[in-house]
Formats: sequence, C-alpha cells, structure tokens
Amino acid sequence: MMGKRIAATGNEAIANAMRIANPDVCGAYPITPATEIMQRFTTFVSNGQVKTEMVLAESEHSAMSACIGAAAAGGRVATATSSQGLAFMWEMLFVASGLRMPIVMGVANRALAAPINIHGDHSDGMGARDCGWIHLYSENAQEAFDNMIQAFRIAEHLDVRLPVMVGMDGFITSHAIQTMEWLDDETGAKFIGEYQKVRPLLDIKHPVSYGPLILTDMYHEYRKAHDYVMSGVPNVVLDVAKEFEKVSGRKYGLFESYRLDDAEVAIVVLSSAAGTTKEIVDQFREKGIKAGVLKPRLYRPFPYAQIGEALKHLKAVAVLDRADCFGGSFGPMYMDIASALYPYAQKPVLVNKIYGLGGRDYMPEQAEYVLNELVQLAKGGEVKSFKEYIGVRE
Amino acid sequence: MKTWKEVTPGAVVTEPGSARKFKTGSWRAAKPVWIEENCIQCMFCWIYCPDMSIKTKDGKRVEFDYDYCKGCGICALECPGKKGKKAIIMEEESK
Repeated sequence: MMGKRIAATGNEAIANAMRIANPDVCGAYPITPATEIMQRFTTFVSNGQVKTEMVLAESEHSAMSACIGAAAAGGRVATATSSQGLAFMWEMLFVASGLRMPIVMGVANRALAAPINIHGDHSDGMGARDCGWIHLYSENAQEAFDNMIQAFRIAEHLDVRLPVMVGMDGFITSHAIQTMEWLDDETGAKFIGEYQKVRPLLDIKHPVSYGPLILTDMYHEYRKAHDYVMSGVPNVVLDVAKEFEKVSGRKYGLFESYRLDDAEVAIVVLSSAAGTTKEIVDQFREKGIKAGVLKPRLYRPFPYAQIGEALKHLKAVAVLDRADCFGGSFGPMYMDIASALYPYAQKPVLVNKIYGLGGRDYMPEQAEYVLNELVQLAKGGEVKSFKEYIGVRE
Repeated sequence: MKTWKEVTPGAVVTEPGSARKFKTGSWRAAKPVWIEENCIQCMFCWIYCPDMSIKTKDGKRVEFDYDYCKGCGICALECPGKKGKKAIIMEEESK
C-alpha cells in the first residue's frame, strides 16, 4: 500500500502529482521559484509519460486564460505559478472561479515586487485569497504532493467544481530536497479517478455558452450561489482526506492541531514555519509550559467555526503572518483568526507577528521570543503591541 | 426570475440561440434610418454591422432590426449612398 520513500524537492513533488493526474491540458508560463514544476512536467510531456496538451503561453494572464478555455471545453487542467505570475493572473482567477472551472494550480509562494524579491513569502497567495478559489497550504514537499493529489478530487467533485491552488513556501519547500513518500502511480491515478465533464463546450450535441453578461437582475444570485458552494467545501475536503488516508496512511484535516488540546498558549502559523515552531513548542513542553501550534491547511474557504472551537480555550495566541496588509491594519491570517474568535465571550488574548518577509529566515529564537511573550500574556501581562514585526533590524 | 438555488453553475447558458431573447435595442441613443431611394444595395451596412441588425430578403437589405440595433452608427458611416446622398442617416432616438 505504501509508496516508495524518496528524496525530492517540493517542485518535483508537485510535478509528479500532476503527472499522476495526467491532465488533458496544461497552460503555463515559467516563473521562479515554480519554474522547476513546469520544467519537470514538460519533460513528462515530451517523454510521452502523460497525454497532456502543453500550451506554452506568452504570459500568466494568457496561461490562465488557456486553462479556463480548456476546462470549459471539458478537459482536466492543471498549471503552476508564483508571485508576479499569480498577480498577473488576477483578473482570470475570478473568471476561473466564477465559471466554476476545476483547475488545479501549484503555487510556490513568493514575495511581491517592489522591491523585487524571489524568495518565500505569502504575499502572492494572500493577495488572491478572496478570488473564489479553494486554497490549500503545505508545510513541506510531502504535504505539497499529498495536497496536490487531493486537490484534483476536491476541485472536480461534482458538488464543488471550483479551482484549487496548492501553496508551498518558495525555495524553502520548492527547492529543498526532503525525504518523502510517493503514492505509486497506479494507486494515485485510481485515487484521482477519471475526469467527469460537466457541460463541456465540445459536446456539440448539447451546445452551451460560457461567460454571459449577467447584470443587476441575476449577478447577486450567482454570488450567493458561489458562497453557498464554498460553504460545502470543508466537508468535501474532509471526505477526500479520509479516502486519501486509506490509500496513503497519511492523515489530513482542515488544519493541524499540534499539542493544542490542553494548551494555554499557541502559535498559529502556515506552511514551512510550522515545522520550526513545533520543535520549539516541544522544548517549551519539556519545561512544563503548555504550548501548542495550529497550522491551517484549508485557507479558503477558511474554517472559521472549527478554528474558533480549536482556539477558544487558550489564554494567549500569536498569529504569525508571512505577509502584511498595508491597510494600517493586521496581517491577513490575524484578521481571519480574530474573526474566528469573535463570537466567543471567553477568548484568548490575540497578537499578530509579521515574520519572514521576502524569504527572511524564521529562526527558532523567533518562536521562543513569541512563546515567551505569550506566557507573560497568559499570566495577565499587558499587551505592548497587537502587531509587531519580528526578525527585523530596528 | 430564478432564485440563487436555481441558477446554472458558472452561469453556463444551456439553451442554444437564447441570446435572441436579450433585446438590446433599448440601449440606443441614436437610430439609423434607411432611405431606400438612395440605397444601391452594396451590403456594406450588412457586412459592417457588429450585431445582426440589418435584415435581408432575397439577398437584399430590408428594414433595420431595431430589437437589437444599439445605434453605433457604423452602418451610416460606411454607407456610400447614391450620388453623394447617404442611404443611412442617424437620428436622435428622442425625436
């Protein structure tokens, strides 16, 4: 049942998940640090390992447009991008989700210009968080592979039919070689299954039109319908995860709770930084401090109720954001966690730390610094600042 | 009118040719008027019309289809007319 244990980069993991899914069409444009995904995938195409029609577009806007056209035509579609590329797709991201196209896209999360920077940061994914796509975030190459495989099932589920982006940290995960376990090709392909077409353009016996003008009389209804479909996504994600566990032995939820049940203080953090944080939490536990971690996996739709329930008993929580919102406000995930906790009368003190922008290393000392502050806040200590940049030269 | 529970996912239109039900003539601010005596049946108006608002019969143009003509004026601009007299002129819709 278990696949082979190998050493692979996050990009290699995503490219191989795409190979196993064997998409009908892939429209793509290369961008650091996601380039290796397409470099590897186009090799699979050239070697005849997949039957994919590869469309090498002149930009990411066109790449996503090609993906949308191919999905409307009735094909399974996958692609990958990063940073400026994701930003350049912005207009078409909304078209993909509004037309309910089950496109799957790997994203090596990277900072946005200016100043230009190629390294890991969540500014790209966070900027696209409300574009109607489903967002999954991955801590390492293993999760990137597993999420990518599951993403096809989630996107193509007949109750969903929405695009999914699978994030992993640029360079930190996309380029670092890690040990991980494949799903063997046959098991993976069987798990993903045959693509089910829904109202394909190429079914000329049942002609359809995509992309009509919808004005004041109906637009509001279409948006409500989209919101409703999104609300059912968490259950589908959990169902798919349960089936994935049967074939892989690996368990996934909407988020990962690490030593959280009896915790008094906790850090909420996405992707690769969660690994470092768990190490430091273990050290604090050895000192008798009840610390934990919550690592969101399904970021959109955000499981507000479930995360609220998981955090409400804590005394102090820090949300670590690897992106900032320049609205004079907080990081994007802090605002989500604050919303998740708002309904509760009893809730933890909640502070926001901005870390690791543009690939700045997130060091164990930073996790220690944050946990030490949370211990003080849990004892009733005064909040000096609700938002703070950590690891920055003052 | 459909409720949000009844709309087709992705706003896909499943009825062929249903665009003809969406009459756009009310968008018009200026109206093309055909002066048949100046018309040489060159069919330029029929070729240039961005919609399908020049009706034809037996290979010749007949009256405008005002259900869909948005009054863009391209037909009037392209019309060569006869001896310097236009066969299509634009009139303000309010008149």
